[in-house]
Amino acid sequence: MALNSLGREIPESYAGKPLIPYGDPFAIRPQGNVAARPLKRVNPGEKKLLSSLREAIEASGLKDGMTIATHHSLRNGDFLLNRIVAEIAAMGLKGIWIASSSVHPVHAEIIPHIKSGVIAGFQCGVNGLIGEMATKGEIACPIVVRTHGGRARSVIEGSVHIDVAFIAAPCCDEYGNMNGYYGPSACGSLGYAQIDATYASCVVAVTDHLVPFPVVPVSIPQTLVDYVVVVDRLGDPAKIVSTTTRVTTDPVGLQIASYASQVIEASGLLRDGFSFQTGSGGISLAVAEKVRNAMRKGSIKGSFGCGGITGYFVEMLEEGLFSALMDVQCFDQEAVLSIGRNRAHQEISADMYANPFNAGAVVNRLDCVILGATEVDTSFNVNVNTESNGYLLHNTGGHSDTAAGAKLSIIVAPSIRGRLPIVRDRVTTITTPGETIGVVVTERGIAVNEKHAELKEELIRRKLPVKDISELQREICRVTGTPRPLEFEDEVVAVVEYRDGSIIDVVRRVKE
Amino acid sequence: MAGFKLRRSLLYVPGNMPSMLQNIPIFNCDSVIIDLEDAVPLSEKDAARHLVKRFLMNYTDRNKELLVRINPLDTKWGYEDLRVVLPAMPDGIRLPKADTPEIVERLDTLLTEFEEELEVEIGRFGILPSLESALGVINAVGIANSSERIFALAFGAEDYTASMEIERSRGGEELFNARTRVLWAAKAKGIQAVDTIFADVSDMEGLRAETELAKRLGYTGKCLVNPRQIEVVHDVFAPKAHEVEYALQVIEAIQRARQLGTGVIALGGKMVDAPVVKRAARVLRTAYAHGMVDTLIDEEAIHGAQ
Repeated sequence: MALNSLGREIPESYAGKPLIPYGDPFAIRPQGNVAARPLKRVNPGEKKLLSSLREAIEASGLKDGMTIATHHSLRNGDFLLNRIVAEIAAMGLKGIWIASSSVHPVHAEIIPHIKSGVIAGFQCGVNGLIGEMATKGEIACPIVVRTHGGRARSVIEGSVHIDVAFIAAPCCDEYGNMNGYYGPSACGSLGYAQIDATYASCVVAVTDHLVPFPVVPVSIPQTLVDYVVVVDRLGDPAKIVSTTTRVTTDPVGLQIASYASQVIEASGLLRDGFSFQTGSGGISLAVAEKVRNAMRKGSIKGSFGCGGITGYFVEMLEEGLFSALMDVQCFDQEAVLSIGRNRAHQEISADMYANPFNAGAVVNRLDCVILGATEVDTSFNVNVNTESNGYLLHNTGGHSDTAAGAKLSIIVAPSIRGRLPIVRDRVTTITTPGETIGVVVTERGIAVNEKHAELKEELIRRKLPVKDISELQREICRVTGTPRPLEFEDEVVAVVEYRDGSIIDVVRRVKE
Repeated sequence: MAGFKLRRSLLYVPGNMPSMLQNIPIFNCDSVIIDLEDAVPLSEKDAARHLVKRFLMNYTDRNKELLVRINPLDTKWGYEDLRVVLPAMPDGIRLPKADTPEIVERLDTLLTEFEEELEVEIGRFGILPSLESALGVINAVGIANSSERIFALAFGAEDYTASMEIERSRGGEELFNARTRVLWAAKAKGIQAVDTIFADVSDMEGLRAETELAKRLGYTGKCLVNPRQIEVVHDVFAPKAHEVEYALQVIEAIQRARQLGTGVIALGGKMVDAPVVKRAARVLRTAYAHGMVDTLIDEEAIHGAQ
């Protein structure tokens, strides 16, 4: 065991690989070259279109112990990963690793195949039951939780090699050109799949909307795609994108949003050229709404909106409040429709979005990002992976990437979740290091990291409720009481990678 | 103007819901009215008043005015509400159905008795009577003068329209006479006037229009049923930039005149007299609450001028 710089105990190795303890958000300097993939030759007249998923798996050369990947742009409406795993199981393969961009609750269907040994582990974070069962010790499979940028890095540097990438292609031609803009399973940006297509040894495009050659625009080109397979349905359109991303009407949420927007205004970043990212939660959208109003009022023309794109950002683009949208994934139907319509709505890969080991990620250009949390501690460390019961229920997404990249990262969260205080002495799991967090905004007060001393002074001058984070914690605990610490076994069920590949924390089995 | 208290927004919070009581500290309203009357079912009257007491006892770092709406004194709960809640030191009592001066006088007497028992300053607990019937509106002047504890009159349109056997409309034309009469009584007494609630919490445009009307008439605040309404109401009651600018000029003129030792103050060719100063002071205090000016008004400058 070693202690990382945040005081977390990190094992020497995990799932047979040595681990590097986290030290600093910007310390690691990469060496070497990007990963390679085999050269290919497809001669005129050769066909890529195969008749079934089984045929494609056989053609891909997938063997026991290899690694497959899918992308999560279809989110909880994805049918593909479940079908592939079922097919692999039927073929009698064992010990397969999954290195998808994320795994969602819908994929709980593969749990029997984890138990039977078809699936050996996850080179990616998981959302939902798989993580919960792993934390309880009910299934045994190593899980390496990665950020969006960290996953791109791991694939590009070759520390995770994808043997076969199965890409859900909402709109595809028989030679493998594809985009996510059109078709019954349209999901918009294919930003995560672009990495898989570029670096996997074999790429299989799976579509439910085969169109005549050539598909335009091309998100992933034919030059990267080995096989094409048509299936009845890639996913459930109702669950691929949410159509209910709406501004919160909860007074507590609105109070938080009001404070957060005032923090942004006080920061001085809200000026011409402003760049911004929020999630799709009700509070985040309420912040976006207030920022939009402030931009209108001040005739401010922003630079770009980023990340998971919502209809809100589309409206701001079309209104001229932003010059461009940099879109690694579409969060709602309006965004999907926009990406095929607006030239300034730019699809970007996860590499361009957030990989720390390239010549410059988009997150480095962010002025301000609004992020959530399941817990925050008095050192501003943030947990988004585990809930307060200790269960691993969430992937990291772009949380750590944007926090590290943006000039100002703002955590917005209700001070009480369920009956538990959001601010703790020590978060259950560190997802994002406190040194990359600027401000924590709750309805009971605003805590500012000391590295933003000028902003703190300005917020005080504006008579906002600025509180020391420990004072905020005490105030919340006066309402909730102090929760009893969770108890864990020694067994590590997952490791949480920071975006540079070092280990920021581990998730241990919960003592029941 | 000593003791000036900004009361733009008076938010109702049900007294029987712990989850809502615990959020009282976080909302930016000027006052909270914890309700033991209409929001609380008969079966929960007793539990609610004890819950409110516990909440108030633990809410030590009070950041806003706290009023408790008791049940009418002619019900079996009204006196008990006072007995249980007053030891937790609310700032005042919202008296519902204040139809006559005698009802308010009775509350005044009870409050004095409790103050003696609790060994606190006589007059510690304020009264905000709610004029919400035809009788109450007719008696507005008498009610305003019935107790020195009264710091404002509140108009309650929901019960008023019921007493008039009419429907309340979105435009509120049917309330005009009553609103005005309550206002006259308050202004004549030199106390604040608080407008009725706007019940549709999703209709922010309607709320804004009604608040603007109330402000134009002379009301200084409004009762609210949802925290989401606070921002709109504060926005309406916020002074306009040109008003703040003029008020600052008035204060500057007063200070200049005092330095010169002259009693005659003129600004832009117009005399600055006491009502102008009073208005400027009110504008600047409100502007300070809104963060439009950095410092509180110089009381000495104002009083010196008056």
